[in-house]
Amino acid sequence: MTGYILRRLAATVPVMLIVAVLVFLMLRLTPGDPAAIIAGDNANAEQIAQIRTRLGLDQPLFTQFFIWFANILHGDFGESFFFKKTVAELIASRIEPTIALSLFTITLAVVIAVPLGVLAAYKQGTWIDKIVMGFSVLGFSVPVFVIGYSLIYLFAIKLNWLPVQGYQRIADGLGGFLIRLLLPALTLSVIYIALIARMTRASVIDVLGEDYIRTARAKGQVEIKVLFRHALKNAAVPIVTVIGLGVALLIGGVVVTESVFTIPGLGRLTVDAVLARDYPTIQAVILLFSFVYVLINLIIDLIYTVVDPRIRY
Amino acid sequence: MSVEPTTLAASADSPAGKRRRSASLARDAGIIFGTAVILFMIAIALAAPWLGTKNPAEINPTLRNRTPGFEQTIRQDDGSARSFTYRMGTDSLGRDIYSRVIYGARISLIIGASVAFLSVALGLVIGLIAGYIRWLDAIVMRLMDGLMAIPAILLAIALVSLFRAGLASVIVAIVVPEIPRVVRLVRSIVLSVRTEPYVEAAICAGTSTPALLARHILPNTIPALIVQGTFICASAILIEAILSFLGIGIPPETPTWGNIMAEGRGLFRLYPHNIFFPGICLALTVLAVNVLGDGLRDRLDPKLARRV
Repeated sequence: MTGYILRRLAATVPVMLIVAVLVFLMLRLTPGDPAAIIAGDNANAEQIAQIRTRLGLDQPLFTQFFIWFANILHGDFGESFFFKKTVAELIASRIEPTIALSLFTITLAVVIAVPLGVLAAYKQGTWIDKIVMGFSVLGFSVPVFVIGYSLIYLFAIKLNWLPVQGYQRIADGLGGFLIRLLLPALTLSVIYIALIARMTRASVIDVLGEDYIRTARAKGQVEIKVLFRHALKNAAVPIVTVIGLGVALLIGGVVVTESVFTIPGLGRLTVDAVLARDYPTIQAVILLFSFVYVLINLIIDLIYTVVDPRIRY
Repeated sequence: MSVEPTTLAASADSPAGKRRRSASLARDAGIIFGTAVILFMIAIALAAPWLGTKNPAEINPTLRNRTPGFEQTIRQDDGSARSFTYRMGTDSLGRDIYSRVIYGARISLIIGASVAFLSVALGLVIGLIAGYIRWLDAIVMRLMDGLMAIPAILLAIALVSLFRAGLASVIVAIVVPEIPRVVRLVRSIVLSVRTEPYVEAAICAGTSTPALLARHILPNTIPALIVQGTFICASAILIEAILSFLGIGIPPETPTWGNIMAEGRGLFRLYPHNIFFPGICLALTVLAVNVLGDGLRDRLDPKLARRV
């Protein structure tokens, strides 16, 4: 077990290292001298040269990578070209809405999608199943921002139940915080619900044909317990896997949702950074999101052994 | 899934037989619906100039933000009047939304088709090489793992920031994140096929590696690649719309569904038609491609169909 965890951790390190190299190369190959950009329009050649030396930009590419990478390990992501702040400060000031939105969305999606998937599997072939599967295909096809604007139109403009856009910090009151987050989280959860419901259905259908389900029914177990205790528990591994893999979709959706609902989070920061060609910020955000994605999937791999003791490595 | 003819005949009227038939009917209905909608969109895209459209880039400052159905009457020099109906209204620059939506189909379809083709072609070549040439496998797959660790849309966003905005750079930005998924698929098929007796027989017969890959291994990947290509096409159309919507995709004067919606964002509360018409077209097209993909998967790749 410990050996497995260590092996799994050891496999994650090279992946992150490759991500770092890719991100570094991708944005170093862009035109434009970072030193000149940081120095601003009024700097003379000497000042630019000074900044170049300070940032290590006069070193060979290989050395530059190690300087850059060592800085990142110390939490130093460099200085934003556009916002005139360190990237680390920038990220710290934008991280709360993104974490809040993501957690809210994941909770909402799992709570809705898993029972829906189990129901569709139980009623396989009936109109209930068809509706759930139809919704699932639809969820994959309607773009996040169309869902977002439709929900805004319905709930905020026509019915006037919820605020249109904006974000309230959790420190300024929990009620307003949750109400403002409800529509964005609902918007973002649609594709995630589609994904999880589909996988839950497939996985539960596989399990429902097993002998122990027949045994559970034969001994007179209530149907709901058969479904949730016997079937769902055994069907859990693929479902948990897809929740982890779906985080990639979630991260993509965060970028769009934050733009639709004008939420000042990391997703909005990413778009602003791209529009301003603020490469240090783009680098940092991509690294951060990828790191979180890999980390979540690592944790999920480790959870398997708890969820399903049959899995031994 | 092979079934003995006798079993099939015996079960034709049984409940299981009925279910199987209705399942295949639903599957074919999906293929038919998907194909029909896609053909319809292709027809619209090709026939755009003859569908009562006007120049989609024409700006008209006197006719800004008109609601759908607005009729403009133009009096001509000889006294006769000619009218033009703005079926889907106009945007905040006075451009005709209907014409922009119709012309927008072109970009979406070009992006969907070219991204699907390029990522399947490149992924196939890399996957065949990685699956067959063992020493390259480890290097290529680590690189693919690294690419897959970056969420697709984020990678696309980062890539468009590197180039000047335009059709080609958007295509490249969407293709790169899709390649690793194709490579993995192809590689897994190659690994399972390369130990088959007929492949070993071909090796013994002295077939050269390129011929072996092309003649005996490549055909096994085709059904899975057709299915995968369809899904890539759907996601490419979506990602292009997202990039354009965020203002970092195709330049804004080009009519694309994402650009029309991006333009309509600011005045959404007053004029939701700017978002709804292109949004419906976009969702319908992606839905058709996805449904077609599901149908094709059930038909060509039953092993996969049982999983999800």
